[in-house]
Amino acid sequence: MSRISIDQVKHVAHLARLAMTEEETVSYTEQLDKMISFAELLNELDTDHVEPTSHVLDMKNVLREDKANKGLPQAEVLKNAPEHQDGYIKVPSIIE
Amino acid sequence: MVSLFDHKVSELHQLLHKKEITVTDLVSESYKRIGEVEDKVQAFLTLDEERARQAAKRMDGKLGTDEAKGLLFGMPIGVKDNIVTKGLRTTSASKILENFDPIYDATAASKLHNAETITIGKLNMDEFAMGSSNENSGFQVTRNPWNLERVPGGSSGGSAASVAAGEVLFSLGSDTGGSIRQPASYCGVVGLKPTYGRVSRFGLIAFASSLDQIGPITRTVEDNAYLLQAISGVDPMDSTSANVEVPSYAESLNGDVKGLRIAVPKEYLAEGVNEEVRQSVLEALKVLEKLGATWEEVSLPHSKYALATYYLLSSSEASANLARFDGVRYGYRTADPENLIDLYKKTRAEGFGDEVKRRIMLGTFALSSGYYDAYYKKAQKVRTLIKQDFENVFEKYDVIIGPTAPTPAFKIGENTSDPLTMYANDILTIPVNLAGVPGISVPCGFADGLPLGLQIIGKHFDESTVYRVAHAFEQATEYHKQKPGL
Repeated sequence: MSRISIDQVKHVAHLARLAMTEEETVSYTEQLDKMISFAELLNELDTDHVEPTSHVLDMKNVLREDKANKGLPQAEVLKNAPEHQDGYIKVPSIIE
Repeated sequence: MVSLFDHKVSELHQLLHKKEITVTDLVSESYKRIGEVEDKVQAFLTLDEERARQAAKRMDGKLGTDEAKGLLFGMPIGVKDNIVTKGLRTTSASKILENFDPIYDATAASKLHNAETITIGKLNMDEFAMGSSNENSGFQVTRNPWNLERVPGGSSGGSAASVAAGEVLFSLGSDTGGSIRQPASYCGVVGLKPTYGRVSRFGLIAFASSLDQIGPITRTVEDNAYLLQAISGVDPMDSTSANVEVPSYAESLNGDVKGLRIAVPKEYLAEGVNEEVRQSVLEALKVLEKLGATWEEVSLPHSKYALATYYLLSSSEASANLARFDGVRYGYRTADPENLIDLYKKTRAEGFGDEVKRRIMLGTFALSSGYYDAYYKKAQKVRTLIKQDFENVFEKYDVIIGPTAPTPAFKIGENTSDPLTMYANDILTIPVNLAGVPGISVPCGFADGLPLGLQIIGKHFDESTVYRVAHAFEQATEYHKQKPGL
């Protein structure tokens, strides 16, 4: 029994914003199934009373003085944009 | 073959000071060697020769003055291509960033500028640092200078190979699950992953933010300590960089390991570790014993869960970090998209390589509604257990020692068919990232002409002890003096 279905893989690919052919969907279903089954090794461990670690150092909120710093110049920022016009980054129309 | 880079940083500094050599000589040494061997090694993605030579010329005018006093003044360095460098193409070895021209410097790169090293070029890697062989680069496969049919390791394969091949004096790499230490081991050089938070990650193209660290790759432990010194410290641009004092690392290189307590995890010499690798570690322990250290076998009981924990956490973090590559603000954009969603999807499908997509898929799945607790949160909890394993051992011992990798460098193409076999290569380095502690790989032997690495792991922010042990071992052995016969 597969741990993940083709429909689930299509859903995950959509969430990840990855275009995928039917063939690739089948291949990713197999690959993800293998990786998930490998990850299930962790279920051997009882972790009910274990705190999760998101950060290894004992750090609290890091604050800085609320002072404005100069941003990057607009022309520089636009330099790497694939398409731009009048100081804006251009994308396909999103309102019909 | 004699090279200027056979000298240590401190010796080259003296030669510059006495004007026996010039900065131009050092830079020329790099490009001359690159000219000789780069078509075989293929470590570089971008060279910066014109600017490097100009800088060298300018700096030669300062020789003999107070302005040339810095120890790293004029030293030629290579930088891994996931560390952004202003005005110098930075791709992270991905087609999606093929023409990316950074508009600012990573903090590590600006610290190099302050130290006045000279950047020779940008080094190949696995795409977005995801891989253990450099075979996942979007552009080329770097070769191991010791045997051109073998991988240099990864993901900082270009960083390790370029140092081993004598193309640069030293380099910067990054390490998320072993990406500095494993290639250092495979290429017979010294590579350190610092404590999480020791070096600013600002400008390091993020793979897994809770694990990534930039670190130095060098020929000797002493040079490694000097390079770490230059890039360490808290940074207002990275709130995860630690506000912990940076000691003088060179001062710890006193050769004294008398009374040092070494822990050797039985899991690190268990099944799956190549016999010659195991023997080299046992020999290394004898060397350290002779110098006055003692060792005992210990257990890191959750080691076998580290790999699965790592792949869930690092892939989850990667899926979030790589969301920024969408073809809008920078990088590759697909031609003729139907609408905005189509632009995102096609750009990413065309721009990312297979391994990167595989990890984005796994990470997106592990973070998705209904699976978050079972996979992502579960892995975060197991991470706590793995971290506690280290804390327990460090209550009684100063360092943990084992192999860096279970085998010497494998053949190109040998492990590409099954991702899980490839991942198993990092089994001895991954727990160190999960615990956030520092670890170094130093040369400790050869198997069939291929270098082996000894891994020395320390407590949080105790790079000094790690260096002290690594240096004492290095000075008592000859392995680091050998060079590949390119």
